[in-house]
Formats: sequence, C-alpha cells, structure tokens
Amino acid sequence: MHDMSAHATQHGAPTSFIRKHVFSIDHKVIGKQYYALALVAAVVGMFLSWLMRIHLGWGNFAIPGLHLLSSTGAPGDVMTPEYYLQLMTMHGTIMVFFVLTTAPFAAFGNFFLPIQTGAEDMPFPHFNMMSFWVTFVAFLVMVAAFFVPDGPTLGGWTQYAPLSAVGAVGGPGQGLGVVLWAASIGIFCIGQLLGSLNFITTTLDMRCKGMSLMRLPLSAWGWFITSIMGLTAFAVLMPACILLILDHVAGTSFFVPSNLVINGQILPHSGGSTLLWQHLFWFFGHPEVYIAIVPGMGIVSHVLITNMRRPMLSHRVLIYSMGALAVLSYMVYGHHMFVSGMNPVSSIAFSFPTLVITIPSTIVVLIWLGSLYGSKLRINSASLFALGFISMFISGGVSGFFLAQPSLDIMIHATYFVVGHFHLVMGVAAMFGIFAGTYFWFPKMTGRMMNETLGKAHFILSFIGAYCIFMPFHYLGMAGNVRRYQAFTDDYLIPLIPVHKFITIAALFTGFVQLIFIYNLIYSRFKGPHAPNDNPWEGTSLEWSTATPPPHNNFGDKMPVVYHDPYQYSVEGASADYIMQTSPEKISSPDEEK
Amino acid sequence: MAKIFAVVIVLIAIASAIPIIMHTWPLPQDISVHGHLIDEQFTDTMAEAGISFLASQILLAFFIFKFSSPKPGDKIKSFPGGASGLVIAAFLLVGTECLALGVFGVKAWASVYLTPPAADAIPVQVQAGQFAFYFRYPGPDGKFGPIHPDQINEANANFFGIDTTHDQDAKDDIVTAEMAIPVNKEIHLLMHSKDVGHSFYVPELRVQQDFVPGLDVSIHFTATKVGKYEIVCTQLCGLGHYNMKAYLEVKSQDDYDAWIKQQAALQ
Repeated sequence: MHDMSAHATQHGAPTSFIRKHVFSIDHKVIGKQYYALALVAAVVGMFLSWLMRIHLGWGNFAIPGLHLLSSTGAPGDVMTPEYYLQLMTMHGTIMVFFVLTTAPFAAFGNFFLPIQTGAEDMPFPHFNMMSFWVTFVAFLVMVAAFFVPDGPTLGGWTQYAPLSAVGAVGGPGQGLGVVLWAASIGIFCIGQLLGSLNFITTTLDMRCKGMSLMRLPLSAWGWFITSIMGLTAFAVLMPACILLILDHVAGTSFFVPSNLVINGQILPHSGGSTLLWQHLFWFFGHPEVYIAIVPGMGIVSHVLITNMRRPMLSHRVLIYSMGALAVLSYMVYGHHMFVSGMNPVSSIAFSFPTLVITIPSTIVVLIWLGSLYGSKLRINSASLFALGFISMFISGGVSGFFLAQPSLDIMIHATYFVVGHFHLVMGVAAMFGIFAGTYFWFPKMTGRMMNETLGKAHFILSFIGAYCIFMPFHYLGMAGNVRRYQAFTDDYLIPLIPVHKFITIAALFTGFVQLIFIYNLIYSRFKGPHAPNDNPWEGTSLEWSTATPPPHNNFGDKMPVVYHDPYQYSVEGASADYIMQTSPEKISSPDEEK
Repeated sequence: MAKIFAVVIVLIAIASAIPIIMHTWPLPQDISVHGHLIDEQFTDTMAEAGISFLASQILLAFFIFKFSSPKPGDKIKSFPGGASGLVIAAFLLVGTECLALGVFGVKAWASVYLTPPAADAIPVQVQAGQFAFYFRYPGPDGKFGPIHPDQINEANANFFGIDTTHDQDAKDDIVTAEMAIPVNKEIHLLMHSKDVGHSFYVPELRVQQDFVPGLDVSIHFTATKVGKYEIVCTQLCGLGHYNMKAYLEVKSQDDYDAWIKQQAALQ
C-alpha cells in the first residue's frame, strides 16, 4: 500500500461547464457518463429485442413505422430475413459491450472504486476521461452502421469468419457493416484497456492509510478482478478486430482460406484460418462473461451485507472464488468450440476446467445462502434485486452443467438452450446487479432517494417476466430449436411457434416494466426526496463516510483513515449496529482481517 | 413483500421443473446407434442440475421468508459449519458431480469423435454452401473425383465442381440434393464447405458438426430407424440461414440400392 493520492491525482475543481460535465477528469462524473451511455444503449438494445421478438412470434406483422428505420430492411414495415439478422447482431453487440460491460464495471467502478479505496481520484484521470470518450465514439460508430447502405452486419455478435471477412459478397452488411462493427469494437477495447489500467493502479497504489487489500469491500474486489481480466481479454480482441479490418481493406487473408466460392466467383484470398478467429474471439469472449458478471457479484455481495446486517461467512473465500473464476475463465473458452471442427481431444481438455469452474461458482452461491441464514434481512429495492441476482445466477448456472460437456453440446449447441443459459446467467443476472447498485447507490450519486414502492413493483414484475422469457428458451433448445433463425419453417420447429408467441408477450411485458425504472430514475434524479443523511442504509464502507454527493476530491479537507474490515455489522459489545471503517472505536472481533 | 417474493421463487422453480418432469417438450426421438449414450448422459445431467436448481432456489426462498422480519433484539446466527463446511461441501458435492459427468461424458463423445469409422462404412460427401446442402456418393469405384472450385457452376448443376471429362474417379460420382442412407449401416460423412461456415445438424441422429471452410472434417454414424428427417444448418451463414435445409431419408437396404441406382441413372 502506498499513499500516492497526494501527488498523483491532485487537480482542482473545474469551473467551466465543459470541464465539469463534458470533458471531465473527475472519476465520479465519468462514472455517471458511463451510466448514462449504458442506459441509452440498454434502451436501444431492448428496443431491438422487441422488434426481433415480434418478428419471431408473428413474422408477417407490420410494425408501424419500421420502414423509417430501414426502407430496404422493412419494406411495408415487415422485416426481411436479413434485417432480422442485422437487428439481432446489433442487439447482442450493444447489450454485451455497451451495457453489460459498461454499466456494472465502468459506471459503478469509476464512481465508487476510488471512494471505496479512499483515493481522491484515479491515478491517470486524463486516461480515464479518454476511456469514456473513446467508448462513446465506439458507440457512435456502432450505431452509425444503421445509416450506411446495406445497414449493419448480420453476422451475429460473434462475427464468425469467413462470413465476417469475405466482404459485401457475403450478404447485406458484410462489407462496410462489418468494418464499422470491427472498428467500433476495436475502439471500445482501447477504452476498456485505459479503464482497466486505472482500476488496477487505483486498487494497488491509491489506497488510503489503513486500507489493506483485505479491508477493501467486495464490490471493489469485483472491479479489481474484472479490470485484470479486462486488461488481458480486450488486449486480444483488439488485434483480432484489426486483422479482421485488414482482411476487408488491405487484401490480407488472416481469416479466409483459399478456394472459397461465393456467387460463382472464387474469392481472391488464400492461406487464412477460420478457426483462428474463433480462438481469438473466445479467448476474449469467455472472460467477457465474467467481466459482465463478477462486478455484479461484488455489488450484490456489498448490497446484501449492508441489508443483512452481517458480513459474509467468509470475506476471503468470496474473494478467492471470484479470483478463481477469473483465472479459469481463460482455460474454458474452448467449450464454445466443441463442434467447431477443432481437434476432438481438445474438447475433452476444455470440458474439465469448464466443469471445474462450477466449483467456485457454487462456493459463491453457498456463501451467499449461508450468510442469509440467521441474518437480519432488510427488504428494499436494492436487496430484492440482489436476491433476484442470486436466483438468476443459480438458474443460469445449472444449465452450464450441460454446456460444459461436449457430448451434450452435440444436441444443444447453437440452440435456444444456449440463448436461455447466457441470457439468465450473464444478461438478466448482470442487469439485476446493475439495478441493485442503482437503487443502493442512487442517494450517494445524486443526493436524492428513489421511490421504493415503484422499485419493488419494478423488481417483482421484472423477476417474473424474466423467468417467463428465458426459462422456455431451455425447453425450445432441448426440442432442437436452432437459434439465429428469423422464421421457423422446418417441420419439427413449427409446433414450437406457440412457445415463441408466449415468449414474445412476456418480453414485451417485461420491457414495458422497465419504463417504471426509467421513470423512477429520472423523476427521482430531479424531484426525489433528499437523502436524509450521508448514510441512509447505515453502511460501513468509505462511500458512506463522505458527503452526499461526494465533493470533488471525494473526502473534502481530511483524507480518511481506515481502522476496520469493511463489514463490521452486529459486532458484539459495539456501541451501534454497525461500525464504519473510519471509526476509531476499538472492537475485538475474531474475524478482523489484517 | 419478502414473503410474496419467497413464494414467487418457489412457484417459479416448481413451474420450471414441471415441463421437464412431464416431458412436455422432449428430446427428439433417437434414431442412432450412439444416441442412447448422449441421452443417458443428458438424463443424468438433468437429474443433478435439476436437484441443484430446486434445492438452492427453495433454500433461497426459505431463508428470505424466515430471516426478513427480524424482531428487535434478535441476534445474528451463524450457519452451522460456517464457510469451511460450505467450501468442503461444494468441493465434495459439485467436485464429485463434475468428475462423474466429465468422465462418463467422455464415453459418449468418444463414440462419435474418437473412434475411426468402420472399414466398410459408406462414404458420403456433403457440401454446404449459401444456402443449400448437396450430397455426393462415390459410385461403384468407391472414389470421389477431386473438387475444382473454378468449375463450380450451379446453372449446369455442377455443384461440387467435378470434372467428369478428365477425372476418371469423378465419372461415376452421384450428386444429389437429398441424402439417403441405408438403415443400420455406418455412414462416413465427409464435410466440405464451399463458401462460409455452416453446420450439419440432425437432432434425431444426435449429430451436429460445423463445416470448416478450408478444412474438410468428417464424422460417422449409424441410423437405426427408417424414416425421413430434416438436416438443418446451425451455423449462421447469411440471410438465408433459417431456410438452409435438406432431408435425410433412412431407407431399407433394398430401397437404398434402388434409390442409388435411380440417382446414378439421372447423372
């Protein structure tokens, strides 16, 4: 631990509007900017999913005004097959990158990691500002694809080569659409690399006096572990995107082998490997699942502890388990490729670590459940979403048992079973983590409270709705329902169409429920009641010991000194139900981690 | 609210399990020799995953129900056995489960991928291209003529780019748009992609394998039930992906012999 904050990050409070709210180097403003970006991206992504679901339920239904989005993609307001794939690709890409990576990690991490470590700011504030604006540009580039001739790429968020690398001849959006996609993701990677660098350095070098690593809250540990994954995973995806762009614009053949024939023409490529793209993509892609979910695990643990009025059964075991998930996430990526044509022996090699990764996941869940036992659980919107996260993580996690086994993957690979699995475990669970964090930290971020009644309604309806959407996906997958189809014309798929209709209704319902959240968020931001004090949830970590909202340098004139573990709740003999990390009160706790 | 939530969790968990227990949407029928290994593995995994799912959801609901309305003066209780007990339980229960699933699962995988095809397996080549499958049988000589990508011409129905004028091996090759195979005979399927990535999926046959452009891969299987089944593409290959399909007809040996003779006459 080094106290570098004094000389590394001192920068005066900005005075102009631009430096205060737009090109700000204050981590808190950057965190809010990331949150706003993720919110816009989530609305776009959800809107796209509505269009897809309507099309899957009622293929010939004319969606009023859809032709305004694309006259060629939706002539007469009815979606074409290729436009369905284009919307699907954009839905997946926007949700995975600009929502699930951006909100739990970059938004909350930026705002709270420096505060929870007791730092004035991040060590490289200009890099931090750059990381947001680079991500913003990446989003604009991604969305720009909607407005170019032929529209966005239709190759799915995984962009398998050679479909992604052959150019416009591969289909609508496979020329400029793919280049924009790869450029956007490449730029996005730069933003995440800059952010990860800041997160790691903040955690290692910027902690205040008394803040040992083990005294960091679990949310901070979640961001720290995620930033290490981010630094290594995005560093692989970025060059892969560059190579993909070169295959388009420079005549290279990294991902295109020789003698491919499309439209009667032999493509002018030779020597590339299609599996190379899959290896590079999934070496990023699987850690990405944990980049989306580990911050959620940290946030949910943090929120739950405050609301259970007790620490987790073991602080260390949770940290080690999250670390184990991160390490193993690199060793399991081949389970996405069991039937890809790679050596079948390597499938077995990838299968075992994939099965083993369920052990740390199970430990995390058991520690959560074991800690709930005998707690004094407070029910509010934040704790409900945290508990909902656990339920979703369990449901999405158990289907991993199937997908970890190559022999079963033969049956369910590329079916809706996979879609159900990842939507529950990294989509809905991560979203619930974001909601838990929002309801919990809103008072600290804005100085106002969100409406609890609306929050609880938002929770219970979202919880039921999400299960109605994603549980049936598993049944469809078991019946052999292939994913990424815009219509179900095969004889054996036709009987499954009523299930799709049910899912569509559930998706529209659940989507509308999110309007309650957006209303609550915007209304409370401007008109919500003021937070009663700096610590409305009676928390112990550093964010609750500073003003609301925190001042420019986080702690005002006096830097904090930490005396305790992060979660001193219900300590016997203590003067109150909780003891803040900054309280010099002496306690004798057997659990105190030095 | 907590109690409502707890009840909702239990109801959802039970409602989720009912279609599985009632086999509302069962696995497609199995028509392959190796399929029962996959199905048994699937059932075992479902039992273990299902028990884990129900037990943990119900436990979560129970704890929410029980501990969400503490009375003043209630003290925090520790879970019996503490964290160490839970960690040991996770290692023992899930570790054993993983090991068992992994080890037994290898058997099913090996039966498809780690054993060579029988010497008398019937070779069939399948070519995938946007957005159709074509099939080739080697004819009486048992040899496929080489593929010449520059001679692929769909207008002339030369889907594979074979040169029947110059290549001796190609002269008796039989190209079809549907796949027919004899029942209870092993098939050695040689997979070639003309353009981008595709996949060969016949749910009833318990077979799914990607085509790898630039790399021909092969699988082998034996169908055990006469009938007509759909072959569908499961690897996103472009705008017509959803409609890329063909039929697999499993015929009796006599019907197959008659069919192949008829197809040879049509070439």
